[in-house]
Amino acid sequence: MDISLIIFYCIAAFILGAAFLAVTSAKIFRSAIWLLFSLIGIAALYYWMDIQFIAAVQTVVYVGGIIVLIIFSIFLTQKANDDMPKPPLMRRLIAALASLTGIALVLHLVYHHTFITPPTTVINSNIDNIGLQLISTDKGGYSLPFELASILLLASLVGCIVIAMRKGSANVNNVE
Amino acid sequence: MNEYYVALIPGLPLASFVLLGIFGRKYLKEFSGTIGTLALLVSCVLSLIVAKSYFFDSEKINGAYQSIVLMNHTWLSFTPTISIKIGAMIDHISVMMLVVVTFVSLMVHIFSLEYMKGEERFATYYAFLGLFTFSMLGLVLSSNIFQIYMFWELVGVSSFLLIGYYYEKPSAVAASKKAFIVTRFADLGFLIGILILSFHAETLDFKLLIAKLTDLNSPEYLSITTGSFLGISALTWGLCLIFMGGAGKSAMFPLHIWLPDAMEGPTPVSALIHAATMVVAGVFLVARLFPLFSNTEAALHLVGYVGIVSSMFAAIIACTQTDIKRVLAFSTMSQIGYMMFSLSMAKYGGENGLGYLASMFHLFTHAFFKSLMFLGAGVIIHFVHNNDMSAMGGLRKYLPVTNITFLIGCLAISGIPPFAGFFSKEEILTACSHENKTMYWLALITSGVTAFYMFRLYFSIFWNKEAHVHGDHHHHEAGWAMKLPLILLAICSIGAGLVPFGQFVTSDGLVLPTHVDLGFSALPVTLAVIGIAIAWMLYKNENSKSSAIAAGLGGVYTAIYKKFYIDELYIFVTKKIVFNLIGRPAAWIDTNIINGTVNLTASVTASVSETIKGIQSGRLQQYLLYFFGGVATLALIFIYLIK
Amino acid sequence: MSNNFNTYYMSQTPLIQILFLSVGLFFIGMYGLLTRRNVITMLMSIELILNSVNINFVAFNKYLYPQKLEGLFFTLFIITIAAAEAAVAIAIIINLYRSYQSIDVDDADELKW
Repeated sequence: MDISLIIFYCIAAFILGAAFLAVTSAKIFRSAIWLLFSLIGIAALYYWMDIQFIAAVQTVVYVGGIIVLIIFSIFLTQKANDDMPKPPLMRRLIAALASLTGIALVLHLVYHHTFITPPTTVINSNIDNIGLQLISTDKGGYSLPFELASILLLASLVGCIVIAMRKGSANVNNVE
Repeated sequence: MNEYYVALIPGLPLASFVLLGIFGRKYLKEFSGTIGTLALLVSCVLSLIVAKSYFFDSEKINGAYQSIVLMNHTWLSFTPTISIKIGAMIDHISVMMLVVVTFVSLMVHIFSLEYMKGEERFATYYAFLGLFTFSMLGLVLSSNIFQIYMFWELVGVSSFLLIGYYYEKPSAVAASKKAFIVTRFADLGFLIGILILSFHAETLDFKLLIAKLTDLNSPEYLSITTGSFLGISALTWGLCLIFMGGAGKSAMFPLHIWLPDAMEGPTPVSALIHAATMVVAGVFLVARLFPLFSNTEAALHLVGYVGIVSSMFAAIIACTQTDIKRVLAFSTMSQIGYMMFSLSMAKYGGENGLGYLASMFHLFTHAFFKSLMFLGAGVIIHFVHNNDMSAMGGLRKYLPVTNITFLIGCLAISGIPPFAGFFSKEEILTACSHENKTMYWLALITSGVTAFYMFRLYFSIFWNKEAHVHGDHHHHEAGWAMKLPLILLAICSIGAGLVPFGQFVTSDGLVLPTHVDLGFSALPVTLAVIGIAIAWMLYKNENSKSSAIAAGLGGVYTAIYKKFYIDELYIFVTKKIVFNLIGRPAAWIDTNIINGTVNLTASVTASVSETIKGIQSGRLQQYLLYFFGGVATLALIFIYLIK
Repeated sequence: MSNNFNTYYMSQTPLIQILFLSVGLFFIGMYGLLTRRNVITMLMSIELILNSVNINFVAFNKYLYPQKLEGLFFTLFIITIAAAEAAVAIAIIINLYRSYQSIDVDDADELKW
């Protein structure tokens, strides 16, 4: 029983607890905040696993971007302090049943699977190696997916504007 | 004997039917009559050539005329032994029928040129006449029993079309339907009979069929006589059922109900179909299969009893009818009854075949004088515009030619020498007296009654009171187109009796000499003269003696006038029994059970569909649940079941 | 120093525990997806699911294939795409709110029989 393992258990409990509260909370704003904590917990997990870059990216993108986006949309569309209507009991039961079944199935699989023994060579997952592999064009390089991801972001940007635009402003733009 | 001549004889009327049927109404119009008549003229001449060639120039074996099969193309083959062929068979009765049918049809075609003039559907009428003539000629030339059945049905169809020619009249439509349904019902028996005979004999061809089933040692004969149903052998059943078909077409009792109603058609049609040709098809059929009938006592007796009963039945009814055509119709039925029971008085071969000879002879002569009388009736109806005898009388001043020819016809049918009917009736009575004395007396009495009612008709039309004649049109009698057939047929009615029939048509093909026995014929002739005399007393001058007799007979007279209520009996049976007991339950099953099953299938499908469509509720989370369920199931299957 | 840290703890692989965590997170997210009526909360549950997958990738990369970096890249790209998808989803939600004046997912059930 190592200290690192204990730290891991704490982080894990934090993540799961925050996630559970996020999905069951009655007020929507609180639910968003619990999600925020859960994501911060996941960033801590990455940090514990010694992958600092991913932890940083997680914090910046998820916490700093997506949660902010969600909170904005909550404020745009409804009163954030009211209680949300509870879902009917039958639905909750069936969903819980489905979830527990899923958990049982996957854990059963995981337990009975023999994982391979890892090789002894370790690559250092520091930012130099990640960066070099990200933009390399050799075999195993990720420059093509990188470029495609940028195109995807452009497309989603344009798409969001088009979808969320009011009809009136579209005509105005065209006339000009 | 060239087979092309023989093929042309029915081929020309068929060509005229097709041509007039397609082009007649629009393009040919008035010319259609000429086309039809010309086709028939050539056919008639060809038949006479064939007759001369057959009876005088053809090869005889042992002095007997042979039946020659000219062509025999296999059309439909069921098994190696049974196949339907289309062929033409020439033998003595078919050649005789060729002559009769084409000649009478030619006369009717010429007559209709003027009788049907001005009809809008003139071309259609000639087309139908062509179709009928083709069917009848095909019937007499048939070489196998299935072909004769096909042409039998074709004749029925043509008759239906012609009886219902004036289709705007509901009575004509009803009459044509009745004729078709009654004969169709009779043809059911015919078909079953064909199947029985052909099954046992394993052939449909006439020559082979007769050869196999008359040979007492052949395996087919043994099989057909040993197989039996309700104690009657299959051969008897087959022949009786075939006779049922013949009885329907020939209007024998009790399938006669269609014949009086068939008079709704135009009068020349009645002359052709219901006097000379179609109604004798039944007699022709029995004559065709005569060797088989003569070996089977029971079938022969059936033919005889049906014949004599029809004959007497019709003669009695004809005494009371007032519509000219109905009288002539019943007279036809009576004469065909004569032909039928004359056949039953004969056996195949030699001297015993006298009844056969007599029957065919009577067919020959009857065609001429009956069609003569029908055409004469046509002239009268054309003149008076009414069918009923009450509107006629004293017409001898206005219709002299018709008067003479009609008188010749009546004398012929009454059996007065030297007209044709005398010779043929004498042969019939001779054959009867040799075989069965009771039948002979009954036939004798019937011939007396025949003379009575025919002359009742004659005197009521041409003598008796003065009819109210329309002064506006038809002051003249008729054109040459209507007089010429009358004159020609009158000549035949006189001359046909002098043909030495025994030289040509006998049961086995050998010559059977016939002679006139004056002592024997004295009795029938005297009875006929007595009949004429009674008719003279009652009808020649206007008096009330006939109505006094009718009133005196009271209920009996009414029953006879209503044709012994046979029609009412048929309607009762069909409406109360067949419709209620068979028709209604069948309709109920159809509406409720069969329809119900189909509707049930539809409604089950609809309700299942309603239930299933609830799955597509539009609710996102439900879809997600189903999605997860599907993924989990697939995962289970692929991980655990399919390793 | 961090290399020693890593090799020391390689022998006690807590891989199974990390997998427990990620599975639990996944099904909590799925429970939220099936239960929540608000569309924005459904979006939050989807983010949880995506994160659980990220944890999985990183864990497998670190404990089974330490000589490669593929898992990290997958995680990186998933984060990127999750951001894009969240943006588009918010746009759709705003559009939906304009049409129905509510973001209850049960109200948007027109695509049915």
